[in-house]
Amino acid sequence: MTELTLVQAVNRGLHEAMRGDSDVLVLGEDVGVNGGVFRATDGLLKEFGESRVIDTPLSETGIIGTAIGMALYGLKPVAEIQFLDFIYPAFDQIVSELAKFRYRSGGQYPCHVVIRSPYGGGIRGGLYHSQSTEAYFCHTAGLKVVIPSTPADAKGMLLTAVHDEDPVMFLEPKRIYRSVSGEVPEGDVRVPFGKARQVREGNDVSLIAYGAMVPVVSEAADKLAGDGVSAEVLDLRTLVPLDEAALLSSVEKTGRAVIVHEAARFCGVGGELAALLAEKALYSLKAPVARVTGYDTPFPYALENLYLPNADRVVHAVRATMKAG
Amino acid sequence: MSSGEAAPAPHSKSGGSTILLGPAERLAAYRAMLLSRATDERCISLQRQGRIGFYVPASGQEAAQVGSALALTKEDWVFPAYRELGVALARGVPLELLLDQFMGNASDLCKGRQMPNHYGFRQFRFVSASSPIGTQITQAVGAAMAARHRKDPIATIAYFGDGATSSNDFHAGLNFAGVFHAPTVFFCQNNQWAISLPREKQTRSATLAEKAQAYGFPGVVVDGTDLDAVYSAVVEARRRALGGEGPTLIEAQVYRFGPHSTSDDPRRYRMDSEVAQWKENDPVKRVREQLVAAGQLDDARDKMMVEAARAEVARALELAEKVHPVEPGSFLDDVFAAPTPRLSEERAELDALLREGVVRP
Repeated sequence: MTELTLVQAVNRGLHEAMRGDSDVLVLGEDVGVNGGVFRATDGLLKEFGESRVIDTPLSETGIIGTAIGMALYGLKPVAEIQFLDFIYPAFDQIVSELAKFRYRSGGQYPCHVVIRSPYGGGIRGGLYHSQSTEAYFCHTAGLKVVIPSTPADAKGMLLTAVHDEDPVMFLEPKRIYRSVSGEVPEGDVRVPFGKARQVREGNDVSLIAYGAMVPVVSEAADKLAGDGVSAEVLDLRTLVPLDEAALLSSVEKTGRAVIVHEAARFCGVGGELAALLAEKALYSLKAPVARVTGYDTPFPYALENLYLPNADRVVHAVRATMKAG
Repeated sequence: MSSGEAAPAPHSKSGGSTILLGPAERLAAYRAMLLSRATDERCISLQRQGRIGFYVPASGQEAAQVGSALALTKEDWVFPAYRELGVALARGVPLELLLDQFMGNASDLCKGRQMPNHYGFRQFRFVSASSPIGTQITQAVGAAMAARHRKDPIATIAYFGDGATSSNDFHAGLNFAGVFHAPTVFFCQNNQWAISLPREKQTRSATLAEKAQAYGFPGVVVDGTDLDAVYSAVVEARRRALGGEGPTLIEAQVYRFGPHSTSDDPRRYRMDSEVAQWKENDPVKRVREQLVAAGQLDDARDKMMVEAARAEVARALELAEKVHPVEPGSFLDDVFAAPTPRLSEERAELDALLREGVVRP
């Protein structure tokens, strides 16, 4: 075990994956000499050389298109998109190609690319360095979408992603890249997809979150404990595949659900979770499902603290939920 | 070329001496071209009869397709667009498999998931095609980089049309290939029309090939109705790729004799006289004349070959029409390597709907 920040854990995960398998390579903008703008790829070029750590021209469709070609050929490319906000030039490659290769070829051409990308607000990044648009990718069949919230998960889920057989969107909550640290196992220790993490056990309400919202809801749970409200905290970890069983069993126990994400509310992941609860756990609910989310606006710069859910907003929503029944 | 302003196909401008196909190869190429033409003819009529849903003809482009494919080895990787019938046939893809794909039946390797012509055959290193334009170009570059990483002595080839030269991935792909010196051949079949848009409205550049210059590697124009010119250009481009000299862009100037697809009516945007003028350079006719001149073919033998091609299509069609339809639940497979719990649940839901007769395939 070593104490690492989340971004250091990503870096360790990349080192581990590349040491273990010469088919793993990294490509993206500024990932080589510069070690990535967040230093996630620091040291890789020195250890693995230019043929496996590739500084690419500034073209996201170029990065993902070439990564797809490499994957079809049998390599395991890990592509970095510098900010999730800049992924859209590659949207066609991701949605039309990467997500569909296995399917459209009748299984002849699996296409395993890992796309790493920092996402989310709270870093004073304005419209184009803050967005949380995971729902686009969750809505496209054929992509796995995973979001770690701890250093141990960052490394363990990245190793799982690299050795998975399907395309993986590996979204990194950059706001907690350095603010969260924790013990990370040495070596190739993998965290499986499709298993949510119970962060905290509770009986009165289920707080459901992922990514940078996990520390936020944990803080809210602390505050609620002072009020005598026992909140359970569930970190979904992987949105696709979703651990429905964990979601349902938690809400069946507590009877209340508050879903928290920083993405805009309309057609966000919270809508899907709320629908699942309505379909499969309605009779366990004591109160309406609540969502604490970003607003249905572009991401603001000066007022991002108002846009982003914080512990007080979560506490407020939980109190309303408790009052409702 | 603009509508009504027909001009003959240009002469080869690839420079250097042309590498000619041998007599046996030429005859094999002719056979593949005839088969491609016969398949087109039959499939257009099948679509009209409602026996297949859609079709993308390749007529007029047979020399470009077969000639380029013959310059490759089995180990090279092909990244096709959706109009590459001649390439598939020249690489040895059995006609039955193509017809199965057009039918979307139980023997279709793509499992009935894609429209006709959007096929892929892993065994023939013929990658699965899609409908978005140009996306295969960057992929071909990535595969070439991967091959070099593995030290495999192969090239990749990306097939695309004139319209694709305006796409994001054309620019990105050629730029990456130039920067990384990728062993890739970019094979553009300039068939003069991107659906209704004529070549001169696609770009102000005098040729499509000259765009390569901006990316730091050679671009050559060849007469795509000339089997030898095409073959020669691809042999040379492949030699460069494997010799570490980097990528090449080849613009094969051809003409799409038929519609863009069976959903298209080219009379809305181009003159019959232009089609007629290009048909004077029909690539099938050109190879036939070469074979006759070389004493390899006479009228009787030619008639036999044409009929043999048609018979082969008829036989493949007969077989394909006997194959069962795809299994109804199969469209839920292959989304991931293994079904997620959600997909298993949806499969059970569909099975129940089928069982109860609520829905029918």
